[in-house]
Amino acid sequence: MSFPFYVPPEQLMKDRAEFARKGISRGKSMVAITYDEGILLLGENPSRTLQKISEVYDRIAFVAVGKQNEFEQLRVGGIRRADITGYAYSRADVTARSLATAYAQTLGHIFTQEVKPYEVELMVVEVGQVQGDDTIFRITYDGTLYDDREFSAIGGSAEPLIAHIGQGYAPGMTLQAAIALAKESCLAVADDNGTSGWEAAILDRAARRRAFRRLGAAEVE
Amino acid sequence: MTEGDGLPLARVTPAESFTAVLQAHGLTPRWDGTAGTSALQAPDGTTVLAFRLADSVIMAGDRRATSGHLIAHRRVQKVYPADAYSAVAISGTAGIALELVRLFQTELEHYEKIEGHRLSVAGKANHLATMIRKQLPLAFQGLGVIPLFCGVEEATGAGHLYSFDIVGGSYEEIDYAATGSGGRDARLYLRTAYRPDMDTDEAVDLAVAALVAAAEEDTATGGPDMMREIYPNVALVDAAGYREIDETRVAEAARHALGSGS
Repeated sequence: MSFPFYVPPEQLMKDRAEFARKGISRGKSMVAITYDEGILLLGENPSRTLQKISEVYDRIAFVAVGKQNEFEQLRVGGIRRADITGYAYSRADVTARSLATAYAQTLGHIFTQEVKPYEVELMVVEVGQVQGDDTIFRITYDGTLYDDREFSAIGGSAEPLIAHIGQGYAPGMTLQAAIALAKESCLAVADDNGTSGWEAAILDRAARRRAFRRLGAAEVE
Repeated sequence: MTEGDGLPLARVTPAESFTAVLQAHGLTPRWDGTAGTSALQAPDGTTVLAFRLADSVIMAGDRRATSGHLIAHRRVQKVYPADAYSAVAISGTAGIALELVRLFQTELEHYEKIEGHRLSVAGKANHLATMIRKQLPLAFQGLGVIPLFCGVEEATGAGHLYSFDIVGGSYEEIDYAATGSGGRDARLYLRTAYRPDMDTDEAVDLAVAALVAAAEEDTATGGPDMMREIYPNVALVDAAGYREIDETRVAEAARHALGSGS
């Protein structure tokens, strides 16, 4: 009869965190920046079909980095949850906060209970009627939930990215300025110089209903 | 978070995944009556019509809902956007029809968000036909719903129009369609006045005139109500998407139709 080795919980959590961080840092980071007429979501993405930014509901978007099959499952789950809330009650009752806490709980549960943690980080972004009401939630692989103001980033180089954006950020900046700042920040923290293509979308503050719109290559270049 | 589903491949159609979770939560709309009961008199929505133009489709509906010989509601909306590039109009038991439209809209949007693109026009029409077919037991109890559906194929800009029957049969129409209690009169009017090469202005006038003609013959169809300022809903779908025709424009068409029609 064999007994499992005793592993102290500190060590266990540390190993899991290290495992998740390693997986996440293999991919490119994504940023969110609020500007005068909405919120910009942008990041490097060589693929045109496998996307990391997605519409969730009228004024809510989802951004993910990490393992595609894992965040895709979370994305679909989030859309389903939002659509059901909106159908059962009213479209106005779907909020980013409720969605972000659900994601945080799910990721927290998976981090401690499952065989392996999810190698993903998420942002749940909601555009408000005025810039001060914009919300950016950031959820890390272990289910920690951050409420970021004005701008945020996820991925392996999230911390230097946030610091870099902070230097150039000004409230009320235009979309063009936000795109330039986002691209410049992404390039500044990247190890390689060349970009393989951008994926970008906006949440348009003035939209009457569905605020999400993808930006074409011409609009980002 | 992932309740109500197995592995993704187990869900065959993405739009159904929404209905599947609704079922798991007990939120699916159901109106099961006991067998043989038909004493229920729920409000009925009446006349809606649609016709194709060169590169768009027009859809219009009156605003009345009746309950037997009584007017139940005067300002019912019967023409709705199904998504950005399609429209749906309803006739039949109003309460059920409105819920069907809401479910249809949600499922189309759900599909679009999950898959990253919209369903084809034929795909949407088939999905709506399936939803109507599921209502068959209710139809036997006199609570039927018959919609009209139109949409524009985004890639080609071609407009399509579909009519349905009570058992969920779906028929693509090449010119015009009308349904509801005044549908027959509206169709008769369209038969003489419809031309496929009309411009949008003429089309709005024709849509309203056909509804006025139906209201002249059918008590359940509401004509334009100048005093209360209740006018038909008219919508247009073309390559730029769904848009409602401005009420002042519809009011002008209504005055025109009443002036020359009665």
